[in-house]
Amino acid sequence: MRPILMKGHERPLTFLKYNREGDLLFSCAKDHTPTVWFADNGERLGTYRGHNGAVWCCDVSRDSMRLITGSADQTVKLWNVQTGAQLYSFNFDSPARAVDFSVGDKLAVISTDPFMGLPSTIQVKRIANDPSEQTGESVLTIKGPQGRINRAVWGPLNKTIISAGEDATIRIWDSETGQLLKESNKEIAHQKTVTSLTKSADGSHFLTGSLDKSAKLWDIRTLTLIKTYVTERPVNACAMSPILDHVVIGGGQDASHVTTTDRRAGKFEAKFFHKILQEEIGGVKGHFGPINALAFNPDGRSFSSGGEDGYVRLHHFDPDYFNIKM
Amino acid sequence: MAVDSLRAPQSKLRWGELDEDDGEDLDFLLPPKIVEGPDENGVKRVIEYRFNEDGNKVKVTTTTRVRKLARARLSKRAMERRSWSKFGDAAHEDAGSRLTMVSTEEIVLERPRAPGSQAEEVKVAGDPLAAMGKSGAVLMVCRTCGKRGDHWTSKCPYKDLAPQVDGFVDKPPTETSASSGAGKGAGGAYVPPSMRAGGERSGTEMRRRNDENSVRVTNLSEDTREPDLLELFRAFGPVTRVYVAVDQKTGMSRGFGFVNFVSKEDAERAINKLNGYGYDNLILRVEWATPRPN
Repeated sequence: MRPILMKGHERPLTFLKYNREGDLLFSCAKDHTPTVWFADNGERLGTYRGHNGAVWCCDVSRDSMRLITGSADQTVKLWNVQTGAQLYSFNFDSPARAVDFSVGDKLAVISTDPFMGLPSTIQVKRIANDPSEQTGESVLTIKGPQGRINRAVWGPLNKTIISAGEDATIRIWDSETGQLLKESNKEIAHQKTVTSLTKSADGSHFLTGSLDKSAKLWDIRTLTLIKTYVTERPVNACAMSPILDHVVIGGGQDASHVTTTDRRAGKFEAKFFHKILQEEIGGVKGHFGPINALAFNPDGRSFSSGGEDGYVRLHHFDPDYFNIKM
Repeated sequence: MAVDSLRAPQSKLRWGELDEDDGEDLDFLLPPKIVEGPDENGVKRVIEYRFNEDGNKVKVTTTTRVRKLARARLSKRAMERRSWSKFGDAAHEDAGSRLTMVSTEEIVLERPRAPGSQAEEVKVAGDPLAAMGKSGAVLMVCRTCGKRGDHWTSKCPYKDLAPQVDGFVDKPPTETSASSGAGKGAGGAYVPPSMRAGGERSGTEMRRRNDENSVRVTNLSEDTREPDLLELFRAFGPVTRVYVAVDQKTGMSRGFGFVNFVSKEDAERAINKLNGYGYDNLILRVEWATPRPN
């Protein structure tokens, strides 16, 4: 395959997200402007100007009309996807790390970093249908986990919130009361910071990637460990194919060590694993730095990766990819 | 692209006229363009007629393969979004900014191993050792304690107890002071192993061990891998090493390899039998790896 290279960002990529139909691709980077691209040919549709810091995470509503972005400038902003206009800005006292719309797009979960003595929090905001009625109050605030919370996502039917971060523990919270329902078992859980968390297409399980050089597959309700995929590099990003039993894991060594090693030794490739057999299927090379973000198109026919090198690479699979036999 | 020149016998044109009418459009004289396909394989054929510079009618058949890059089954909403106007920095983007490019490099999903090769490789890895285990109690000779079939030299439990090998210890100065005196006199300066007392002997011995009973196989087909070679040569006796030269860049076999036998007789038989043997549509050339002194 010949990937499409998209060079809109001037700083390392942090997050990639497809909309539901898979025709738009949203990219966040440490420069201040999230960008939207057409996911078929990689053409840039627009940028969302207004943030004043690295943008860590984004989510798009089911109807692809609203975009929510979390940034290190201590704000979370709502955008009109079509025009790039800012609809609302939630202000926090610390950088926002993760954002996720609930099913139905009525709520959003936001995680904030520990900052200036403040602990990290998980907050739930109500998203108004009409942006003019939007308020900044939190419906729920959860405190407790130590360190950054790198990902916070909604569980099935918005009943739970799943969080993971620097303390390597995955937690499931009650989204109504904020009670801690489940916590991953220390023995089997990750040993180091969890960097990424993605839900499967049907929302029955999720995949976490960690700096302990592994990715793990969990049941979303019971938090039982289903599979572990071991690689030889810290995992920064992971994604699951919606149509095949494939898992993609991206990573590489720490950004501060990148210049000390050869590109080949850096292992900056996206590794494909068989979801069930946990066997490596193959690798897709190309980035000049660690992969920070991965996303699968909802149609399963393409995937994109964002690297420390500032490039988004959009890969449309060759037909023979779909016939890979283990 | 196939170009066949058709003399147009029925054409009423004459050479002279053609030259005069050079600037004039004669296309009306040509048969219309025919487009066939694309068929189920995506092959599309376009047949065009035109005049070449000599004024001859030329039939140009262009065969192309139409390949859909990505099947775009867009929903109605997605179609709508296609026509959205650009905004933000994308609205006033220079045409030459080229933010989106198709990679010039063809990227493949690199398989950690060739598909379907797993079982074979495992078998091969286990095989030489297993073969040695069977026939090979005798093969496994500890050079330290001399025990057969129990352990390898490196694993010898008596390693520390054993008297050290001659080549690496200083012999009593009375005997060898003459030969190793040069090194010793310099106050323990480095003496290469080959210069040490008894070193020459052990050096050649090492060399001999490596080269001994080594058979060079040339004119191998590109598909031949080490397991295949092992399979072929194992029939003649226990094999200690099989090597196929592989091009670092392409990963293809370079068409030659080496096989080391445990015994010289086996190697000899293999050479006699397999030299000139047809293997994978090529005639093998099998010979001693190093020219024999005799």
